[in-house]
Amino acid sequence: MKAHYKTAVTTCALLMLGFGLLYSTHKTINVSAAAGGTITGTIKLDGTPPHQKPIDMSKEPACAKEHASNPVTTETVVVGPMGGLRWVVVYLSEGLDAGTASQVPSETPTWDQKGCQYIPHVMALDVNQHFKVSNSDPHSHNIHPLPAPNGANHEWNRSQPPGTPPFDQVWAGQEVAIPVKCNIHPWMHGYLAVVKGPTGVSDANGSYTISNVPAGTYTVTAWQEVYGSQSQKVTVGAGKPTTADFTFKAK
Amino acid sequence: MAKFFAVTILVIAILSAIPIVRNTWHPVEDISTHGQAIDDQLSETMWEAGISFLASQILLAWLIWRFSSNRAGEKTKSFPGGAMGLVAAAFILVGVEVLALGIFGVKAWANLYFTPPGSDAMPVQVQAGQFAFYFRYPGPDGKFGPIHADKISEASQNFFGLDPDSDPDAKDDIVTAEMAIPVNREIRLLMHAKDVSHSFYVPALRIHQDFVPGLDLQIHFTATKIGRYEIVCSQLCGLGHYNMKAYLDVLSQQDFDDWLRKEAAMQ
Amino acid sequence: MHDMSAHAAAHHGPPTSFIRKHIFSLDHKVIGKQYYGLGLVAVIIGMVLSWLMRIHLGWTNAAIPGLHLLSKTGAPGDVMTPEFYLQLMTMHATFMVFFVLTVAPFAAFGNFFLPIHTGAEDMPFPHFNMMSFWTTFVAFCVMILSFFVGDGPTLGGWTQYAPLSAVGSVAGPGQGAGVVIWATSLAIFCLGQLFGALNFIPNVLDLRCKGMSLWRLPLPTWAWFITSCMGLTSFSVLMPACILLILDHVAGTSFFVASNLVINDQLQPHSGGSTLLWQHLFWFFGHPEVYIAIVPGMGIVSHVLICNMRKPMLSHRVLVYSMGALAVLSYMVYGHHMFVSGMNPFSSLLFSFPTLLITIPSTIIVLIWIGSLYGAKLRINSASLFALGFISMFITGGVSGFFLAQPSIQILLHATYFVVAHFHFTMAIAALFGIFAGTYFWFPKMWGRMMDETLGKVHFWCTFVGTYAIFMPFHYLGLAGNVRRYSSFPADYMQSFVGVHKFITIAALFTGAAQLIFFYNLIHSRFRGKPAPDNPWQATSLEWSIPSPPPHDNFGGRHVVVYHDPYQYGVESSTGDYVMQDSPEQVKTEHEEA
Repeated sequence: MKAHYKTAVTTCALLMLGFGLLYSTHKTINVSAAAGGTITGTIKLDGTPPHQKPIDMSKEPACAKEHASNPVTTETVVVGPMGGLRWVVVYLSEGLDAGTASQVPSETPTWDQKGCQYIPHVMALDVNQHFKVSNSDPHSHNIHPLPAPNGANHEWNRSQPPGTPPFDQVWAGQEVAIPVKCNIHPWMHGYLAVVKGPTGVSDANGSYTISNVPAGTYTVTAWQEVYGSQSQKVTVGAGKPTTADFTFKAK
Repeated sequence: MAKFFAVTILVIAILSAIPIVRNTWHPVEDISTHGQAIDDQLSETMWEAGISFLASQILLAWLIWRFSSNRAGEKTKSFPGGAMGLVAAAFILVGVEVLALGIFGVKAWANLYFTPPGSDAMPVQVQAGQFAFYFRYPGPDGKFGPIHADKISEASQNFFGLDPDSDPDAKDDIVTAEMAIPVNREIRLLMHAKDVSHSFYVPALRIHQDFVPGLDLQIHFTATKIGRYEIVCSQLCGLGHYNMKAYLDVLSQQDFDDWLRKEAAMQ
Repeated sequence: MHDMSAHAAAHHGPPTSFIRKHIFSLDHKVIGKQYYGLGLVAVIIGMVLSWLMRIHLGWTNAAIPGLHLLSKTGAPGDVMTPEFYLQLMTMHATFMVFFVLTVAPFAAFGNFFLPIHTGAEDMPFPHFNMMSFWTTFVAFCVMILSFFVGDGPTLGGWTQYAPLSAVGSVAGPGQGAGVVIWATSLAIFCLGQLFGALNFIPNVLDLRCKGMSLWRLPLPTWAWFITSCMGLTSFSVLMPACILLILDHVAGTSFFVASNLVINDQLQPHSGGSTLLWQHLFWFFGHPEVYIAIVPGMGIVSHVLICNMRKPMLSHRVLVYSMGALAVLSYMVYGHHMFVSGMNPFSSLLFSFPTLLITIPSTIIVLIWIGSLYGAKLRINSASLFALGFISMFITGGVSGFFLAQPSIQILLHATYFVVAHFHFTMAIAALFGIFAGTYFWFPKMWGRMMDETLGKVHFWCTFVGTYAIFMPFHYLGLAGNVRRYSSFPADYMQSFVGVHKFITIAALFTGAAQLIFFYNLIHSRFRGKPAPDNPWQATSLEWSIPSPPPHDNFGGRHVVVYHDPYQYGVESSTGDYVMQDSPEQVKTEHEEA
C-alpha cells in the first residue's frame, strides 16, 4: 500500500510540473511598445526583374472597368524606382526565446479583395493570430489557400458573396508562405506568411521594419516568392535599431 | 369539374404556345456559316413538336370533356380502329416524323463534325481551367510551343506552362484572356482542358463542345458578323462555373491584326 | 406455376412484438409503408432544398434568414455562396431521383401491392426484403451525413462527372469527403434495390396463384416487374462505378483522372485515367434509371384510370409490350447525354436513332391511354385527376424530347434550361403525379381510412397549375441559351433572364406551399379519416377483394383462385358494372382480351 501511495504522489507532482511547463509556454500577453528593439533594412534586387505581365480582367467587367485607365500587372517581382524589392517577408528564423515566440498579437489584420486583387499581395501573420477576410468587390470571390500537405495548416476553400461581413480565420502552424488563390478570378494570387514572432514586409521602396524585438542575437530571414530565402545574423540591443539589408539576384 | 379541367388543359396549352409563336425567347442571332442548318432543324422540330403538343393536349381535353359525365344507362364503348389503329398512328405519325427529323438533321451535324477544316484555317488554342478561358495564338511561326503542366503558374500569367527559353516554338506564342478572330476567316480551334471537364458554348456561333481532360479536341467554324459575343462554360466545373466566361470579338482583318500586335507586345 | 406462397407464409406467422410488427418487419406491406415514409421524408428534404435554390436564383445576394444553420461556411451572413448553391442542387437531385422517384412508385407501392396482385401471401424472400428497406435506409442516413462533414456535401451534380468528382477537395468544397460519402451512400442504395429486385422478379414468375396467368397480372405489376429487370441490370453498373470513384479518392487510383492535370497551380498526382469512362458507366445506369422512375408511374396511372373510366385499356398487351420496349431501348440510348461530350461524333448519331425510336413506344402508351378515354364513363376524383394530369405532363415532357434527341439541336440546347424542363416534366411532375395518383387510390387499402376528397382536389389544382407555371418557362429560357447549374447569371446575354427566374421562384414557393395540403391530408386521414370499406372504388383487382387494411397474410388463409383478367369493367354482373378478378361469376363481357 505504501508503494502505491508513493507512486501516486510522484505521478501527481510530475503532472503538476508538466502542466506548469506547458502553461508557461502558452502565455499570451500584449507586448508594450517600449519593451523591444527594432530591425530595419532595405531589400534590393540586383539585375533586371522578370517582366510583369499586364492582367486582362475582361471576364469580370466590373474589375476591368476599375482598372481601365490604370492597368494592373502581376506582382511576382515588384521593384521600385530605386531598385527596392517589395513584398519581401522578413522574420526571425532563429534566436527567438520561447516567451516571445509564443506571443500572439491581438491585432486582426484584414486580407481584402478589391478590384479583383488581394490587398495586400503578401501578408505576414503570427501563428494562431486571427485575421479577417473581406470582400470589397460587387461580386463573389472564392478564397482558396493551399498550405503544404501533411502539415499543421489545412486547405480550405470558401466563397464570399458581395456585401457579406468579413470572416475570421487563423493558421495553426508556421509556414512561409501559404499561397492563396481565387479560382473564380485565376489571376488573383497572394501569400500568407505565417511565422512565430514579430515580422515585417517590405514596402514599395523595399524598406521594412520589425518592431518589438527583444535584445538578443537572431538569424533574420528574408523570403520572396520567386527568389526564395536569404538569411543573416544580427544582434539587437534594447531600444537601439539594428540594420539588416538584403539583396536578391535576378536570375 | 371535368369540364373545368378540360378547359384548364386547353388554356395552359395555348398559353404555353404563345411565347413560341411570338418568338419571345429565341436563340441569339446566328453569326456562323454552319448554323443555318441547325436553325432550320430547330424550326422544323418546333413545328412538329408544337403541333404534336397542341394536338395531343387538345385531344386529351376534349376526351375529358366529352366522356366524363355519368351517362347512366349508356355503355362504355371502344375507340373505333382499336389499339392497332393507334399503334399504326404512333409508328406513322410520330415514328416516321421523328426519324425524318433525325435523318435530315444528320447534315447539320456533319457540317460541323465530319467536314475537316480548310488548310488555311487559322489555328487558335483555347484552354479551359477553373474558372476562366485563356487563348493562345501561335505567332508568326505558326506553331504552338509545348505545354509543360509543371510550369503552369497563374500567379505569373503563365497559363499554358510555356517555356520559351527551352522551346523556340513557344517564343512567339501570344496568350490572351479574350478571343478575337477575323470575320469570314475559318478558325481551327484546338481545345485543351487544364483541370476538370468544361464546355465551350458560344450560342451565337452555334458551337457547343465539351473539353475532355486528357484528350485534346479540335473543332472549326467561321464567323460572319463583326461584334462582341460571349463564350460561356456549360459543363459544371466547380463553384465558379457560373462566372466562367470570356468575350469573343469578331473583328475586321485589319482590327484583328492590330489587336494581335498589341497583345504580342504585352506578353 | 406452383403455389409457393404458402412456403413464404410458413416462414413467418403474424408478428407479435412491436419491433417485429413495425420496425424489423418481414411483412411486405409494412416494408412498403416504410419505403413510403422514407420517400415522404426525402421529398420534403428535396423540396425544401429546391426552394432555397429558387430563392437564390431569383434574388442572388439576398440573405435567407437562418441559412447559416445549414452550413458552416456556405452561407456567410445568411447569403448563399456559389458552392452552397451547387451543394444544395446536388443533394436536391440525389434525394429526388434516388430516394423519392425510385423508392416511392417502385419500392413503396410495389412492395405493398405486388404480392397481393399476384395472389401471394408475401414476397418469396421476406428477410431479403426487409434487408432491402433497411439497406436503403442506411444509404439515406449516409447521404444525410454529408451535410455534417467538413466542407459539406459534394457540389458535382447528381451526375458527378470526373475529374471534378475524382480529384478531391482541391477541385472545390465538398469534393473530398463529400464525394466519398455520396458514392458510398449510392453503392449501399444499389445493394438495397438489388435485394428488392431479387424479390419482385421471382414473385411474378413463381408465386402467382391459381388462374393467374402472366397476362392476367394487373398493369402496375407488369410495370414493377419490368422496372425490377431494369434495376437489376442498371444498379449493378452504378455500384462498381461508385466503388471505382471511391478508390480514386482513397486508394490513389486514377480510373477517371487523366495525367498532367493542374488545379490551383498544382500538378495533380494522377495519371492514365479516362474522363469519358465515368460518363459511359454513369449514363448506362442513368438512362434506364429515368425509366425506372417513370414506368411504375405508367402502370399506376393505367390502373387508376381503368377503374375510373369503368373500362379496360384498348389493349392490355400493347401497353405491356410498350413498357417492355421502353425498358429494352433505354439501354441503347444513353449516349444522348453525351452528344457533345467529346466522344466520337459518329457515336452521337448512332445514339440519336434509338433515342428517336424510343418516342414510338412512349407515343403508343399515350395514344392507348387517350384512345381508351374515348367512350369512357370517367369519374373525377383526386386519384383520377392526378392520373389524367400525368398524361398531360408526360406529353409535354415527351415532346421536348423530340428536340433533345437530335445532336444538331443539342448544339444549342445541351446543358441549358431546356434539358432541365424536359426532365422535370417527365420526372419531377409526371412521375410525382403517378405517386400522388397511387396515394389517393391506394391510401384506403394501405391504412384502412379514406383521404379527404376536397383537400385532394385542392391539392391537385394548385399542383397542376403550379407545376406548369414553374417548368414551362424553363423551355423558353433554354431556347434563349440560359445555361444550367449556374448559381447566378452574370453573363451579359443572360441579364434579361433574371425576371423570368423571379416569376418561376414565386410559382415554386406557391406550389411548394400547396403540398402542405397533401401532407396534412395524409396525416389527418391516417388517424381521423373515415374508415374505408374493402372496395371503395368498385375496382376489380385482387387488392380490393381483401379488407382495408389487409390482414398479415393478405388473403386470410384462403387460397386465391383467379377467374378473369384484371380489368373486367363495363360488364353486367351481380356487383354492378364490374366483376372482381377472383369472383367465379361468369359474366357477359363486351371487352375481349386484346
